[in-house]
Amino acid sequence: MTSAAPTALDLEAYGLDPSWSHLVDVPSHDGGTHRWHLLDRPGTGPTTVLCLHGNPTWSYLWSRLLRELDPALRVIAPDHLGMGWSEQVGTRPYRDRVADVRDLLAALDVDGPVWIVAQDWGGAMAMGVAVHHPELVAGLVLSNTGIAVPAGRSAPWLIRLAAANGVHRLATRTTPAFVWGTPWLPGAHVARRERRALAAPYRGASRRDSIAGFVADVPFDDRHSSAADIAAVAAALPDLTIPVRLVWGSKDPVFNDDFAEDLRGRFADVALHRIAATGHLTVLEASIAPFVEDAIAEASAPTAASRLAEPLGPSDGIDEIWSRIAGGNPLAIAVSDAASGDVVSRREFESRVATYAVALASQGVQSGDRVAVLVPPGVDLIAVVYACWRIGAVTVVADRGLGLRGLGAAVRSARVGHVVGPAKAIAAARTLRWAPRATAISLSTLHGAPVVAALGDVALPSPAGHDPAAVVFTSGATGPAKGVRYTFGQLCAQRDAVQAMYDITHDDRFVAAFAPFAVFGPALGIATGFADMDVTSPSTLTASALDDACRRIDATMVFASPAALANVLATASSPTPALAKVRLVMSAGAPVPIDTLRRMSVLCPSAALHTPYGMTEVLPVADVSLAEREAIAADGAGRGVCVGTKVPGCEVRVLDVTGGGVEPLPAGVTGEVVVRTPWMSSGYDRLWRTQQTARPVIDGVVWHRTGDVGHLDINGNLWIEGRVVHLIHALTGAVSPVPIEVAAETVPGVRRAAAVGVGPIGLQQVVVVVEDGHDAQASRELAAAVRAAVTPQVVAAVWCGPLPVDIRHNAKIDRTALAATMERRLSGRSR
Amino acid sequence: MKVFVTGAGSLLMGQVAQALVARGDEVVCLQRRPLDLPAVPAEAMVQGDVRDMAAVMAAARGCDAIIHGAARVGVVGSWDDFRSVNVDGTANVVHAAQALGIERVVHVSTPSVAHSGHSLVGEGATPAVTGRSGAFYAESKAIAEIASLDAGIVAIRPHLVWGPGDTQLVGRIVERARAGRLAMVGSGNALIDSTYVDNAVSALLAAVDAIRPGAACAGQAYVIANGEPRTVRELMEGICRAAGVPFEPRRVPMGVAKGLGAVVEAVWPHVRDDEPPITRFVAEQLGTAHWFDPRPAQRDLGWTPHVTLDEGFERLAAWFART
Repeated sequence: MTSAAPTALDLEAYGLDPSWSHLVDVPSHDGGTHRWHLLDRPGTGPTTVLCLHGNPTWSYLWSRLLRELDPALRVIAPDHLGMGWSEQVGTRPYRDRVADVRDLLAALDVDGPVWIVAQDWGGAMAMGVAVHHPELVAGLVLSNTGIAVPAGRSAPWLIRLAAANGVHRLATRTTPAFVWGTPWLPGAHVARRERRALAAPYRGASRRDSIAGFVADVPFDDRHSSAADIAAVAAALPDLTIPVRLVWGSKDPVFNDDFAEDLRGRFADVALHRIAATGHLTVLEASIAPFVEDAIAEASAPTAASRLAEPLGPSDGIDEIWSRIAGGNPLAIAVSDAASGDVVSRREFESRVATYAVALASQGVQSGDRVAVLVPPGVDLIAVVYACWRIGAVTVVADRGLGLRGLGAAVRSARVGHVVGPAKAIAAARTLRWAPRATAISLSTLHGAPVVAALGDVALPSPAGHDPAAVVFTSGATGPAKGVRYTFGQLCAQRDAVQAMYDITHDDRFVAAFAPFAVFGPALGIATGFADMDVTSPSTLTASALDDACRRIDATMVFASPAALANVLATASSPTPALAKVRLVMSAGAPVPIDTLRRMSVLCPSAALHTPYGMTEVLPVADVSLAEREAIAADGAGRGVCVGTKVPGCEVRVLDVTGGGVEPLPAGVTGEVVVRTPWMSSGYDRLWRTQQTARPVIDGVVWHRTGDVGHLDINGNLWIEGRVVHLIHALTGAVSPVPIEVAAETVPGVRRAAAVGVGPIGLQQVVVVVEDGHDAQASRELAAAVRAAVTPQVVAAVWCGPLPVDIRHNAKIDRTALAATMERRLSGRSR
Repeated sequence: MKVFVTGAGSLLMGQVAQALVARGDEVVCLQRRPLDLPAVPAEAMVQGDVRDMAAVMAAARGCDAIIHGAARVGVVGSWDDFRSVNVDGTANVVHAAQALGIERVVHVSTPSVAHSGHSLVGEGATPAVTGRSGAFYAESKAIAEIASLDAGIVAIRPHLVWGPGDTQLVGRIVERARAGRLAMVGSGNALIDSTYVDNAVSALLAAVDAIRPGAACAGQAYVIANGEPRTVRELMEGICRAAGVPFEPRRVPMGVAKGLGAVVEAVWPHVRDDEPPITRFVAEQLGTAHWFDPRPAQRDLGWTPHVTLDEGFERLAAWFART
């Protein structure tokens, strides 16, 4: 029995080129000949990508990939036998499905081994082909699929339900529930047009035979006829040498993160990229073409970042952490928390770390385990972090500034094995399913544990420099927060860099108005003070709270965010004796206005005011003092913000923003800032493609792309001019929006303006948007005034409208969203 | 250089002929109606039709180059009217060039040969498309361009030419604005590139200088424009201001304009012999973004526009002030 191909009209309506659609008679290993329907997009290059859809979909699943993938690649997307528009075959066991793919490749004129991109049960087939016919497969890109039920969990309940007696035929064949339900799976971003196209071949129960057959072929117990075949493939996966890249929608209730982890553990050359926002049909919901292109490019590049060892930092000097905590005057203050009034001596702190370390181990925390530390800022936060580190556990600390939802997403993405926190936090984490299978360890358990007096009494191995130590999170300005991995060696190198930069000695004591900094205190061997403030909102730090925190430990240093300093200045009346003793004020996290530092220097007259430059992935990179900024400002206005000279031990290069070039640009020329230091993080967590993009290999070593544009001046000062993603790529070259905005804001009546580019890279037109309640073109007069102000920059259009603001970075304009809006507005398609 | 110019009766081609003379070239102009161009000697003006092979051969004889701009434009007329001028006329020019050994030939084409109805943002000259029904002008010009390119000729597609004396764009907008009947298709927000007439002239001269067998531009098409996309509203407002007429457009939704244009295209040629107020092509051109990649023309023709949009509006205003 053969089936009709979809008509050209239908295919066009689905957004597919009708010339891609073919019916092919393929001689089969079963002795017959089967008629396949497939989409075959010719490519200009030699490489072929074979796309295997899952159940209950058809080759339409790959429509987005077919449209977007590099034209050099040939793409073949068949409908499996019995599925889509291919010949009806009823139930077809796994073994035959794998052989079918080989039959198809033999019948088509394919050059060389292919890359297989597969989803759902197409993934199981792809793995089968790779195991049984390794000569046919160059690599795999797998999305939301599986080969076996991961250890410690049961089969996906939705598939079990669909396969259950009574429900099976009703759900999969008699009614279109399964066909229609798949794109509706929670989390799926599938448009109605796409849902209709996916269901198109499955009108009528007889056309759903194979869907029922596919579900029936899922082995839920060992007696199933395909169970042995699938188990054999699963067992052989570790022997595969081909690259395997996983692109995973984490909102999939069927093949969820557990399946991703399961597969991650099965291959020799594997990397995972987890997409927080998409689900089961990620290959249709997200643009996966760049992932496929990068996977192929990476495999052919001999020095791809993922093939080099990740930076791990220095391997020695780790034990100094413990000697610094245990050494010094045992009666001196280790940590003071002004909010709770807690003050612990160095002896007490050492005992607390030792006690918690042993308690955590007895609760099952092992070296290498990830532990979510949900402890509020205070003595216990620092003690728990060091206790984890003492036994080699990896701390996962997300800034509560991410908000509850961001915090949850961060903890979930890190897949922690344990959660430590007060009972309330643990209950919340459990309710919100942040880490459903993690063991919960409440603070009261740690408080009640048998006291261990000293770190020397802990008879547990301590970690080495190359062991993982922490996962920290980016601020999530664009999309979900990204996890960044650090080793102990990197953290120690970072500590040493900060210590050298600011000449920190054992006589220093510091107040940290920013929790992540506070953790460094014990490692530096200095007293740490928390101020009485809401850490989730730095602008709640008042002058009297800062004075109080300084007074409690006789502080010599203050670390605070610019927002915190701004509020201190707003609430300050006059210098106090405690603030007068501060020798160093350090502020980071966002650009610090020079005026804030000037006024701070009045409040802390003996203090040097420093601003380090860096990012979650690499910190510090450069540093500048107020005095240096004043001297630079006296030389006249420069382009951008001067962040100072690079920290000793850090290499900084400015590279061409259009990519490709690895030669440093000459002084004064703007480009992307790339850096490299011993204290740079290992990289991102479960974000394979982000890692690949952000960590280029230059001259044989791994660097970090900061995403910032800037230049080095002839004195070696680094100037930052904006973000790479915000650059406008005009015909005349890349233009930073910042100077245009500054100029536009000089027009009377213009409070805020944003400049974005519309059109293709290299040809973009500059559009200036002036903040206004309207959403329309600016009047002729306003447009003329803005154009005059930004001369010689040519502006294609001046618009009045709302400026989308990134809430987490209050007041930062979301230029990426604005550019997309303006692209639409100026296409004439919508208002 | 002696250049044979066809269609010198149009604003653009008349200026091309004069610009050639001004820079010291000799010209022979062929046009259907008697014509007097101030800068061109009367003996260089030949009255004739491109459909007349003998007339084309006679005029082209002794020339070093051809700029072929004669065409039937608009929507009024039968398919035979459009085909005979645009397809057969071009074939005559190509034939004459080959017969007389003239190696430098420029074909004046139009962006409508590749018009799809979709917005074009930063695109190059996409290939001409044939097989449309109804749109006689675009169809005949597409066939002509394909034949020209096959013969190794360079095709230039000036996008929305306007300037002093232009009756097509400027004339229509100003006349309607004066009558209080100015309509703006869609939101008026689409970014549109246009070509000030002097730039279109210099592009055609650059093309005739660049074309020769084996040149990069041989057999290639180029979209020509100012490279300064503006919203439709800004362009229309700029033209109205230059003419000193109020800019108070009524807004016509895109769908309505297209529907109206389609009806007009079907009915108008049977009931009127003047050009209609709107066509589907105009509705789509003015209702969706249309701007292009200037790099191919820059690279292969060595051409960049020399009159900016703002200078163009000033010159237009000065011209309106004089007339």
